[in-house]
Amino acid sequence: MNVKKDFPIFNAHPELVYLDSGATSLKPQPVIDAIVAYYSTYSANIHRGLYKISEKASAEYEDTRSVVARFINAPSPNEIIFTSGTTESINLLTSTIGGSSVGQGDEVVTTVMEHHANFVPWQQLAFNTGADFKVIDINENHELGIMKEDGHIDLTNIITKKTKIFTITLVSNTLGTINPVKEIIAAVKAINPSVITVVDAAQAAPHLSIDVQDLGCDFLAFSGHKMLGPTGVGVLWGRKQLLDSMPPYQLGGDMINEVSLEKTTYAKTPHKFEAGTPHIAGVIGLKAAITYLQQIGLDTIAKHEHALASYAIDQINKEFGDEVAMLGPSDMGQRAGIVTFTFGTIHAHDISQILDDNNIAVRAGHHCTMPLHTRLDITASTRASFYVYNTQEDVDKLVMGLKKVKQTLS
Amino acid sequence: MSIYADLILDHYKNPRNNKMLEDPTSTVDVNNPLCGDKLHMELSEKDGVVEHIGFTGDGCAISIASASMLTEYAKGKNVSELVDLSGQDVIGLLGIELTPNRMKCALLSWEALIKLIQ
Repeated sequence: MNVKKDFPIFNAHPELVYLDSGATSLKPQPVIDAIVAYYSTYSANIHRGLYKISEKASAEYEDTRSVVARFINAPSPNEIIFTSGTTESINLLTSTIGGSSVGQGDEVVTTVMEHHANFVPWQQLAFNTGADFKVIDINENHELGIMKEDGHIDLTNIITKKTKIFTITLVSNTLGTINPVKEIIAAVKAINPSVITVVDAAQAAPHLSIDVQDLGCDFLAFSGHKMLGPTGVGVLWGRKQLLDSMPPYQLGGDMINEVSLEKTTYAKTPHKFEAGTPHIAGVIGLKAAITYLQQIGLDTIAKHEHALASYAIDQINKEFGDEVAMLGPSDMGQRAGIVTFTFGTIHAHDISQILDDNNIAVRAGHHCTMPLHTRLDITASTRASFYVYNTQEDVDKLVMGLKKVKQTLS
Repeated sequence: MSIYADLILDHYKNPRNNKMLEDPTSTVDVNNPLCGDKLHMELSEKDGVVEHIGFTGDGCAISIASASMLTEYAKGKNVSELVDLSGQDVIGLLGIELTPNRMKCALLSWEALIKLIQ
């Protein structure tokens, strides 16, 4: 795969080895062009102007809903809500359905490998409502502890008749673990069919094909900026029946049906959840990003990243042996293109700084997974994450950079 | 220019005062929420002078070197003199140029020292 030429940042920084796509992805020219085209040729507001450029903006915005729906195989574009990102998608849920369905003595269940975006809102919801907050642990292979050796999923004492919410990440942003979410949700619903199931797909949507109907979840959230799109735009998908039953999220313009001095009636799903002028350019940019990803093919992308991650793990292990401790499952079949490690006693910030001196960008720290780092008994780790524009040469440079880290600091 | 100057690396690899005291007169714990680094510092004061000072903790090379150099600097000094020490003075002590992100690593030990003597 040779798509570096599509990413203008490499014209500005030809030497850049970008291995932090887990934090945010670089942007290809078609995405930048789509945003510039909106701002320079039809930058009108949507849903209200009775003139040509507003109608075009509305059409592009609403067409993106259909593109997103097909991207995740949602039954209807009306189940797609545009948000500012995964974080807002989750907060939308905790402040709407969370408030109306969770109470004293109920249970909210999540996992210890969640990003803070899918952990803190649920934790605080549970604390504020007096619900039990239950966290599924990982095993020594850095998969969820509910996965038993014979393939059985054991949710005994985890999911009960009191469970109201079950939320889980599809791909861990730190471990790279791909959770068997379809099977886990089936097991959850087998115990208690009324549990509302939420999937954080922030690290999955950029890299794997997603089918919400196949997963069997009730809600799924992801961000545009991690999948070649602009920052400030994200998606919440939800089952129409649930969305229709939920109260609105924010109140104001564009989300109403009729307003009088005495009362207000709300617009239908999904517009009920999109108050105010949305990030129109962002949504239009997201459509260009999805189109770009589909031209390459999600399966091709997954294979490419998987090959790079395997190569990186092999090369790092070969070069540094036991000095490096890899996080994540040893079975490459359970992993996405994320390689996270600790390097002896060398601090992740020092690793990152010396790699940056060699134009290699990685993530150092806790990657917004402090409960997971506490569970692993480490304060910080170093993460290299791969995407369409990365090459084997990037991995070789990473290994060279790590040799320099070792020379400098030990 | 690399921030990993010889002096910094020397203090990182052989940190001075990297120990707990037997009889500290004050102790403090500080942390850097950006990276989760934790630093414990303690000192014993006699007649307004820092008699002994020590630190323990996990941290990056910059934070360890900074704690090592700062405790070395503070030992034997009057407390009244140390309360006026600024963050800029500490950066001067390290003798390297730091980006805003790494500034927090370098100043964690200063935050601890100021809390100890205030």
